Amino acid sequence: MRMTSSLGLLAAAAAFAAAPLAAQSEIRITGAGATFPYPIYSKWVLEYTKTRPNIEINYQSIGSGGGIRQFIDRTVDFGATDGPMTDSQITAIGGNVLHIPTVLGAVAPVYNLPGLTQQLRFTPDILAGIFLGQITKWNDSRIAAANPGVQLPNTDVVVVHRSDGSGTTFIFTDYLAKVSGDWLRRVGRGTAVNWPVGLGGRGNEGVATTVRRTPGAVGYVELVYALQNRIPYGLVRNRAGQFVNATLQSTTAAAAAAVADLAADTDFRISITDTEGAEAYPIASFTWILLPKQGTDLARTRALLEFLWWATHDAQRFATALGYAPLPARVVQLIETRLKSVTVAGRPVLPAAYAPGGTRR
Amino acid sequence: MATRLTRRVIGAAMTGATYSAALLAILPLAAILVMLVMKGAGSLDWNFFTRSSVPLGETGGGFAHAIAGTLMMVGLACLIGIPIGIGIGIFLAEFGGGALGTLVRFVADVFNGTPSIVLGIFAWTWLVKPMGRFSALAGGFALAVILVPIVARTTEEMVRLVPNSLREAALALGYPRWRTSLQIVTRTAGTGIVTGCLVAMSRVAGETAPLLFTALGNQFFSLRILEPMAALPLQVYSYAIGPYDEWNRQAWAGALVLILLVLVLGLGARLATRGHQRQA
Amino acid sequence: MRVTGEGRWKALRTVSRGDVVYRAVLTGLALLLPLLLLTLAAELVTNAWPAIRRFGFGFFATSVWDPVAGRFGALPLIFGTLYSSLVAMAIAVPLALGVAIFLTEFAPRWLRRPVATLVELLAAIPSVIYGLWGIFVLLPLLRDTLWPVVRPALVWLPIFRGTFYGPSVLAGGIILAIMVLPYIAAVSREVLLAVPAAQREAALALGATRWEAVWTVVLPYGRTGIIGAVILGLGRALGETMAVTMVIGNRHEISASLVEPGYTIAAAIANEFAEAVSALHLSALFYAGLVLFVVTVAVNVIARLLIWRVARGSAAGSAAI
Repeated sequence: MRMTSSLGLLAAAAAFAAAPLAAQSEIRITGAGATFPYPIYSKWVLEYTKTRPNIEINYQSIGSGGGIRQFIDRTVDFGATDGPMTDSQITAIGGNVLHIPTVLGAVAPVYNLPGLTQQLRFTPDILAGIFLGQITKWNDSRIAAANPGVQLPNTDVVVVHRSDGSGTTFIFTDYLAKVSGDWLRRVGRGTAVNWPVGLGGRGNEGVATTVRRTPGAVGYVELVYALQNRIPYGLVRNRAGQFVNATLQSTTAAAAAAVADLAADTDFRISITDTEGAEAYPIASFTWILLPKQGTDLARTRALLEFLWWATHDAQRFATALGYAPLPARVVQLIETRLKSVTVAGRPVLPAAYAPGGTRR
Repeated sequence: MATRLTRRVIGAAMTGATYSAALLAILPLAAILVMLVMKGAGSLDWNFFTRSSVPLGETGGGFAHAIAGTLMMVGLACLIGIPIGIGIGIFLAEFGGGALGTLVRFVADVFNGTPSIVLGIFAWTWLVKPMGRFSALAGGFALAVILVPIVARTTEEMVRLVPNSLREAALALGYPRWRTSLQIVTRTAGTGIVTGCLVAMSRVAGETAPLLFTALGNQFFSLRILEPMAALPLQVYSYAIGPYDEWNRQAWAGALVLILLVLVLGLGARLATRGHQRQA
Repeated sequence: MRVTGEGRWKALRTVSRGDVVYRAVLTGLALLLPLLLLTLAAELVTNAWPAIRRFGFGFFATSVWDPVAGRFGALPLIFGTLYSSLVAMAIAVPLALGVAIFLTEFAPRWLRRPVATLVELLAAIPSVIYGLWGIFVLLPLLRDTLWPVVRPALVWLPIFRGTFYGPSVLAGGIILAIMVLPYIAAVSREVLLAVPAAQREAALALGATRWEAVWTVVLPYGRTGIIGAVILGLGRALGETMAVTMVIGNRHEISASLVEPGYTIAAAIANEFAEAVSALHLSALFYAGLVLFVVTVAVNVIARLLIWRVARGSAAGSAAI
């Protein structure tokens, strides 16, 4: 009878819903946030859970703004952001947050100028001018001045920025706010700003896509996205006057000065854009994972802490292959103290002597 | 006054215009379906159906988690929405003559016309925020809200179609009204009701917006309803707007699977109707 | 059931206890729907309230959308929603009417069912697939093939001024047009079928050509219903999210030019909702969502009132919607 065959279809769907479940994990942790470190986080999750099949870490890269939001709303176990939480945001949740740096990354100015063989050079003024909408043609005199001998086309500059709440935006606008009074006044720094010009792309992926598909486009993405998509990116002039490429060395150099001055009780919310140092890359930043100082679920908190310990120690070797700089040793030492300070129901989760596999290799 | 010839010419021209309109309307359909097959079919390998997401740079990833997630959440939506929808449909057909009936019909139409993104943020305020987590349950609920009005309206139509003579015969035999309605009338309209459900399911399977803030998505294969879950349309969206060729390729494949799912459900509905018509 | 003595009286009583329970259960279920709608409206208003109190009606008049400074003006969103829908209507209405007339008047009988089915199939394609096709097929087609050809002729017009990067109001309008066409066509077809044959035949008897009969008699007769169909399509276009956000460029700005990027309320919510860090930002998005909700409800109500007056309230008409 027709009806039974139709009912059969429905029953199949319902039966699927009630079907015995495949191998299920015992501990599931959910995190969300920055797209900036998504490549390294997903690599870490893959490697970590290879030997620990009872743990599942689901990380959704929805942008730093989303990470902070979901963390505040407590809809995820941890957040991830490249733009640290502001003081007012922290006060709003009673100070119950730890910023744990995981890697160092660089934001590269990517562009799409077919036919150009040399790497473009950007000065702070050029970047500010482009993103303020003041420089509209690629053969503008200011760009030409910084790139002698380069044949610049007479095409329009198409600005591409983030349409979602983004830590990468925070890093970039933080940099622009430091180097351009005009930018600071008109736009400011934040995970989502009122862009004077440009197209919006969703996530680092979205900006990379749009730049890749639009001739004359210029945007800003985390370095690994530029490398993996083979999008050309430019050199940026740092405070010392050198045109620097975004590399592991220059990123590490950017952190060097700030790290040396790190206080023992730091909350790690330090900006390393436009720092001193001849080799320092000016648009670099830590990226942080947000977790509560006082957790609620012992098993999940412990699993998360153990993962973070592993990530900031053994797993740092995966970072370089993906274009992120590993954490400086002093930072890792301080992280250890912080991780051990996380409590559930008033008691520390990690034992005081916790040090799996010795200290950082 | 135009001449006879002029009028004939105009007539012929307008006829041609309507032929062109029909052709132009169908052109995008052909374009989309052809593109889906061309770009997606090649990626439908074993991995695609059995593996879930893999990190960037690795190969061999698939959409198993997304396909399972869609089936799961559509199933959830049906579990929640079909009984309610059928109940409301029967109400409208049997007792829906008065003011309440008119109100319910109006409200059902309002829901039908509400953008699914609005329903998504509603499900967020109702289920995600209080529960403190994204979940497949919230996603299923959002889909159920879309499902109920469609099922209700089609159920009403189908139950209405049952001839009164059947009802009167049952009553004459001593069946109380409620048994007449539930057992006799509904069973007769059964195929039609199931058709309506299948149509609603095919519509709901393709919805993305309501799942954005409810189910969130998941790289892992998960059938736990209190955790975030992947879904076909969500995965297609993420991978379509990404810059990686690997992702784009999988997006086309996922879209092909999605359209096949939607079409199979719709086809099922059509076949059921034809069977019913042959019976009636 | 015994039909003797007391049992006989029970049988004759038209309402048994089972009936009361049955009706109560069904009524309860039915009441869920209006209750849910009220809850929906209440949640929207409650969550939008901080933004409503802060911006009031100025929300619709300002263009600045600045999360850092906490200023939110939805005028670009409203403008983009209306503009893209307008473009969609301009493309879809003539085509849909053409299809409806084709199916009711000019198509040979054997062709009618297949064509109608194919047009219905357009409505079955999920929005995200339209978006996918839009990104990889339509945008390159428009930007690389079509635009360079027509640009010299059109670029002097204000609505075509500017450089065409691909993501644009035009692309959004075209995709929307394809998506709403089946709805307008299906309902218009119902409306035209509801026109009494006598009207058509009278016109033909008076010497009109087939086309003239349609143009002078059938269409005017069904005018109300067709307007209703168009408004229904408009309601769909206003609320469409995924396909639009994938091709429209997502930019908070007003521009008269079709080739510039734009933004719609639905697309903005899709992009920014999960990430609005400040409570005010989230509230502003709810406010925009509330506006969208109210407008689409109003548009749908008007459409249905118009359609009910002419077309038969058949299963095809309402189920297609």
